[in-house]
Amino acid sequence: MVQFVMPKLGADMTRGKLVEWCRKPGQSIKRGDIIAVIETDKANVDTESFVDGVFETVLVEPHDEWLPVGTPLAVIRTEGEAPPEGAAKPQPPAAAPASPPAPPAMPPIAPVQVAETTMERLKISPAARKRVLDLGIDPTGLAGTGPGGRITLEDVEGFAARPAALTPVEALDRAKRMRDAIAATMALSKREIPHYYLAATVSMAKALSWLERRNTERAVTERPLHGVLLIKATALALREVPELNGFWRNNRAEPSRAIHVGIAISLRGGGLVAPAIHDADQCDLDELMRRLQDLTKRARAGSLRSSEMTDPTITITSLGERGVDSVFGIIYPPQLALVGFGKPVERPWVVDGRVVAQPVVSATLSGDHRATDGHRGALLLDAIDRLLQEPEKL
Amino acid sequence: MTPDQLRSSVLQALTEIAPEAEAETIDPRRDLRLQLDLDSMDFLNFVLALHKSLGVEIPEADYRKVATLDGCVAYLGAKLPVS
Repeated sequence: MVQFVMPKLGADMTRGKLVEWCRKPGQSIKRGDIIAVIETDKANVDTESFVDGVFETVLVEPHDEWLPVGTPLAVIRTEGEAPPEGAAKPQPPAAAPASPPAPPAMPPIAPVQVAETTMERLKISPAARKRVLDLGIDPTGLAGTGPGGRITLEDVEGFAARPAALTPVEALDRAKRMRDAIAATMALSKREIPHYYLAATVSMAKALSWLERRNTERAVTERPLHGVLLIKATALALREVPELNGFWRNNRAEPSRAIHVGIAISLRGGGLVAPAIHDADQCDLDELMRRLQDLTKRARAGSLRSSEMTDPTITITSLGERGVDSVFGIIYPPQLALVGFGKPVERPWVVDGRVVAQPVVSATLSGDHRATDGHRGALLLDAIDRLLQEPEKL
Repeated sequence: MTPDQLRSSVLQALTEIAPEAEAETIDPRRDLRLQLDLDSMDFLNFVLALHKSLGVEIPEADYRKVATLDGCVAYLGAKLPVS
């Protein structure tokens, strides 16, 4: 037996609301299945299971109250475990408690990533099934309108596009909570992380003209933005300088082999989130573009997955859109570094001893000086520069 | 399609991307990206929405021509049969 507790979905999270259970007691679950929707100050998060097993007992019913991180919410019987004696049928869930119930003596486990949904038992068309997997949504909440209640592609699209209907008061409240969460995290970062900052100017002439040529031949539905090249170059550069990719935990650096790039996405109405594109170094540019589009859309609709919130091993911020030359970001704890890109601008540039006008972009690095020194950071920016000079290899 | 119908299609596409935008407050000659705080992803989604609703393919090189409301209506009018 393990407990499913209120997860910590990011350094800024101290509490959450249980919005809904996506599984019923007695149902089997796989690692990565979405079992609950948890509201944080930043989004409604589809929270994934961290183990294979059976969803055994609900300890807390969904209710409109903040629960501290670590509050036991449910009990999961792990794969291979016998059902508890005298519990032939699941116990009826207790009513929403006024205070969190006392934790039984079981190790709480934080949820970890992975995303694959079991849809064998659902009536769902193949196209809809694929779309569900692409979108990473939980199909169990879907109402089918096809023959015999079959879930169609349209049902999935409609479900995915559902607006987060907030009243003006709720929207204001959420904006305030978002601000508070950002304030707490950024203050923590500046208090604890001794940042060092580096900057380099990178020629974008080859990358942009290559991308323009490539996009000319393509339909509007398949044109990557230049930001996708920057993400890919950064992800590949991190393979060469892995010391900057990962976390600072228990007073030491824990570099990560997997490269999950957090993308800082500003929200309309204020605030930002930085959810992960998983294994960004392994995606081709078209796949990266699709994921970036999907992530942006869901971040702005306030619908993200728990793995996207907890997994980023580095963050990229790009204020270039707003005409800023360069950005020196604040590291999102417990990550080890943050890479910033400014706006590509035409500048005089020296090529083979002659001055020519070329688009350039400012690439910056904020590094945690406890984990690395400026020398490592410089190697990363150098690698990003080199990779962007051969865009066709990205 | 009449210019008015085109205009309302464009506004429809815009409000999908910037739900808080109010049609009557949009300056038809000012860059939509600045007015409505659209980033490149938002603008791409705008172009995609126009493609979906009107079937018009807008090449990247023409993005600046559709960056204002008036410009966009004129551009689409030239590409579509106007009644």
